[in-house]
Amino acid sequence: MNERPMMLSSVNRQGLTPRRVQQLGYGLLRLISLVTVLPIFLVVVYIVVRGAPSIDWEFLTAMPREGMRAGGILPAIIGTVYLTLGTAVFAVPLGVAAGVYIAEYAADNAWTRLIRIAIINLAGIPSVVYGLFGFGLFVIFLGFGTSILAASLTLTIMTLPVIISTTEEALRSVPQSFRVVSISLGATRWQTIWRVVLPQALPGILTGVILGLERAAGETAPILFTGAAFFLPRLPQSPLDATMALPYHIFVISTQVPGMPVQIQFGTVLVLLVFVLGMNLVATLIRSRARARREW
Amino acid sequence: MTRQTKQTAPQQDRLVTLLIRLSGYSSILLVTLIFIFLMKEGLPALADVGIGELFTDRWYPIEGYFGILPLISGSLIVTLGAMLVSVPLGVGTAIYLSEVAPSSTREVVKPLVEVLAGLPSVVLGFLGIIAAAPLLRRLLDLPTGLTAFAGALLLGLIAIPTIVSIAEDALNTVPAAYRQAALAVGATPWQTIWGVTLPAARSGVLTAVMLGMGRALGETMAVMMVTGNAPTLPHGLDALFMPVRTMTATIASEMGEVATGSAHYQVLFLIGIVLFLFSLVVNVLASSVSFRQRKRAERLLS
Repeated sequence: MNERPMMLSSVNRQGLTPRRVQQLGYGLLRLISLVTVLPIFLVVVYIVVRGAPSIDWEFLTAMPREGMRAGGILPAIIGTVYLTLGTAVFAVPLGVAAGVYIAEYAADNAWTRLIRIAIINLAGIPSVVYGLFGFGLFVIFLGFGTSILAASLTLTIMTLPVIISTTEEALRSVPQSFRVVSISLGATRWQTIWRVVLPQALPGILTGVILGLERAAGETAPILFTGAAFFLPRLPQSPLDATMALPYHIFVISTQVPGMPVQIQFGTVLVLLVFVLGMNLVATLIRSRARARREW
Repeated sequence: MTRQTKQTAPQQDRLVTLLIRLSGYSSILLVTLIFIFLMKEGLPALADVGIGELFTDRWYPIEGYFGILPLISGSLIVTLGAMLVSVPLGVGTAIYLSEVAPSSTREVVKPLVEVLAGLPSVVLGFLGIIAAAPLLRRLLDLPTGLTAFAGALLLGLIAIPTIVSIAEDALNTVPAAYRQAALAVGATPWQTIWGVTLPAARSGVLTAVMLGMGRALGETMAVMMVTGNAPTLPHGLDALFMPVRTMTATIASEMGEVATGSAHYQVLFLIGIVLFLFSLVVNVLASSVSFRQRKRAERLLS
């Protein structure tokens, strides 16, 4: 910072007063933010406007017909629900427990630093690499085949970092005095965590869980070779069946099927968007309600 | 009931503590497992295909050509292009949110950026095919709109939320005293941002840019759908306006068709190793930068 000349001396250089420079600078920042935000807004509006006319009862509840060029997308919707629930079954207990360990038990030592580095790395691994790993471990090595089980486990690993980090953050925001009081009344450490700390941190944890699952619901690359099917004539019957899924279905109908009616494409995209942004909205509501109610 | 809980409490505590401890260590186990599996499946390619063959410029697996240079350069072109879009937009938006915007604006902009973070990449890929590529083709008068440029634009969009949220955090952690001191000696708010706040947050902003780059490099679906899937080694600057193929897209589009254990299969895992190592380097560097920043902030404040 010291080597930087203080800009106070630049008054009147090129006729620009600091005040004028500030106006220009702020204007530029506003413009940049607008350029960032406007496409997001337009994307959502565009999908809603183009997709809404395709949505009717048949589209949501019927099987695809005529090589997926007509009928509904029920198996893709059901598949995405199964995959999201399957991911939740594994990722929530493991992720929350890991968050509890880091926030409540772990000492500040080299192992804990290593755990943190591992979490950061897990979060950064490209999603298609998770797919490779899931294929190698769950599909081939453990023999689950391309199945809902293998895909859910693959998505679980991808979701864990989000759940662990938000759980840790939620637990750390619970005041220390809550723990001190509970322990002083004779509760054990686990009783304190289970009865006092976790309930207080619940909204924060729930928010993280939903955001993590939202990501899992929208992902395609990790399920490409672990559980996603191009087309299935019936709904999956067991966790060991492959399944159709909304994100993969969008990929298929926008690149792999010639002559695909554009209404079906936009309708499918809108359904996924509602699914994912609906989860986002629920997470936001939980967070803001918890903030408003918090008594500490 | 209370008595019962009390009697079993110690055992219950021990069991639960053990389970929680194991869960805590699970992420180390998982990263190690991922690395081992990639190595086990991918390393044989070095012997079976040969290092010399891998570093050639011809990717044509059906005929046994496994040169991965076109794929690496495809990833680099698209990622660098994405950074040209996302760094100015992302850092600018972060500065605006943290230093300038009134809270009413913040409450509109931040959720929209979160919406972008939640948009599945396949949705953006679809829009790239259906809207962006035809538009680019007409505007730039190209034979096809499905080019590295289209991929770079989409990836730029995808990397923005990462950059905004981390850079904004970094700016927010700059102690208020820095700003107050600058304002007190007569700097304008703009001079304060430019001369004091941004330099003080620079390591965090750098972290944001690096993690955004990692995000762009690892992105698969959107980039596979809009870059035209042509694994050729680019020559010159106009490569940005030609079709390319990234490492991630190659894995995603070819993994489904290879025979398990074949040379092609091994090379795809080898590309996975390259991607894994790259994200490892980016993330370790980024986290060490931010750790250092925190320590410096503590030192300065004590």
